Amino acid sequence: MTATLMLELRDLGKSFELHQQHGAHLNVLRGVNLSLHAGECVVLSGPSGAGKSTLLRVIYANYRTSGGAVYVRHDDRWLDLASATPHEVLDVRRRTLGYVSQFLRVIPRVSALDIVAEPLLRDGMDEHEARERAAAMLRRVNIPERLWALPPGTFSGGEQQRVNIARGLIVPRPILLLDEPTASLDAGNRAVVAELLAEARAAGSAVLGIFHDEAMRDQVATRLFTMQALEAA
Amino acid sequence: MNALLKVRTLGHRYGQRVGCEDVSFDLYPGELLCIVGESGSGKSTLLNTLAAQLAPTSGSVRYRQRDGAWLDVGSLNEADRRRLARQEWGFVTQNPRDGLRLNVSAGANVAERLMALGERHYGRLRNIARGWLERVEIDPARIDDMPADFSGGMQQRLQIARTLVTHPRLVFMDEPTAGLDVSVQARILDLLRRLVHELDLAAVMVTHDLAVARLLAARTMVMQGGRVVETGLTDQILDDPQHPYTQLLVSSVLTT
Repeated sequence: MTATLMLELRDLGKSFELHQQHGAHLNVLRGVNLSLHAGECVVLSGPSGAGKSTLLRVIYANYRTSGGAVYVRHDDRWLDLASATPHEVLDVRRRTLGYVSQFLRVIPRVSALDIVAEPLLRDGMDEHEARERAAAMLRRVNIPERLWALPPGTFSGGEQQRVNIARGLIVPRPILLLDEPTASLDAGNRAVVAELLAEARAAGSAVLGIFHDEAMRDQVATRLFTMQALEAA
Repeated sequence: MNALLKVRTLGHRYGQRVGCEDVSFDLYPGELLCIVGESGSGKSTLLNTLAAQLAPTSGSVRYRQRDGAWLDVGSLNEADRRRLARQEWGFVTQNPRDGLRLNVSAGANVAERLMALGERHYGRLRNIARGWLERVEIDPARIDDMPADFSGGMQQRLQIARTLVTHPRLVFMDEPTAGLDVSVQARILDLLRRLVHELDLAAVMVTHDLAVARLLAARTMVMQGGRVVETGLTDQILDDPQHPYTQLLVSSVLTT
């Protein structure tokens, strides 16, 4: 059985024009082609500066493309995020495309529990059930219960990262983009994340991620995608 | 989904001087759009023109009413303009003292817009007012106090309650957190974030604070010299700004 194609990058390019730096021009991505199928976990590898994070951000439409296409399977039709309207991008992010970065964006006064429950609430789940599911998720990533009601601004880096993962994986979107979500986790918590990813894949998610830790990479990757830095243009 | 507001090549001139020009966008139900830019960029002129407080000198603003009919906002008569402002819209001013009635109690400030819609039952009005004070984190025991005795942050929260009590379909906000202490700002932003979600509000908010846009708005428009120089998803504009002016704005923000 062939797995469903979920994401396809065609001849993708990204450059930055820095008007405040005398119009400096940076080429970061050129001619990137990549296919991602349901159930696989492709890990981006390559040296620092090869554009791995940039690629994830371009796919999420956090960065605009400079050339090429980002085809995403959304409700069983193909949409090119490079030319989609803002409302289409928002709808894709809401239902199809998840992105977990290295850092939690902390909102003053919002508790860890509410941060994790938010994607469920946005999907229309009732508050009580969403909070229970969020609590179970926080327990799973080993956030002590006494912290749940606190805003994570004062948490350690590893704790913030685990709150971020809990939020990012509580609704396993069909396509998951992960930018070093385990960078500051210990081995025990990395194993938990690996388990969560395996479950998401088993449920049909396609995963594209960056993992610098080799053991972690070997554990989660079904395939590597190697990237090289472009020479300065 | 059907748009709520359709703006096409809108402009307002003060005599020869351009306030704003050539602005076009659609706003959808449940969507909060931020307009950012520095002082004098035309963002408040644009907001006031959208809200029918200034007449357009070019272009058009069309608004889809509750009954589904499209109204040309620029050519409303005074009676229709007031009806919209009372029944379908809300406006939150930067200085709460401009949006509140300072000589009547907090409770009366909240109840007033409901009374204008025909609610006359004293007990019910008082209950709703008490509920809204609580919702914006003002002690309901202060329902009979005068807003002049409130702190600036409390006054702004009272103005938000007064505006939202009628469940407007569209809210205009002009720098609602400017001029407040940072800690007070955070509380109001959190409150707005929750209310926008709970009430499924559509809103246009003017701010010069990019962090406010990031927190509240899915879409942002950047204005300079009366024109929109960049528009798109808020995170795109802040993380990958294209226009030289937007790049300058983003790079000028201090991060802690």
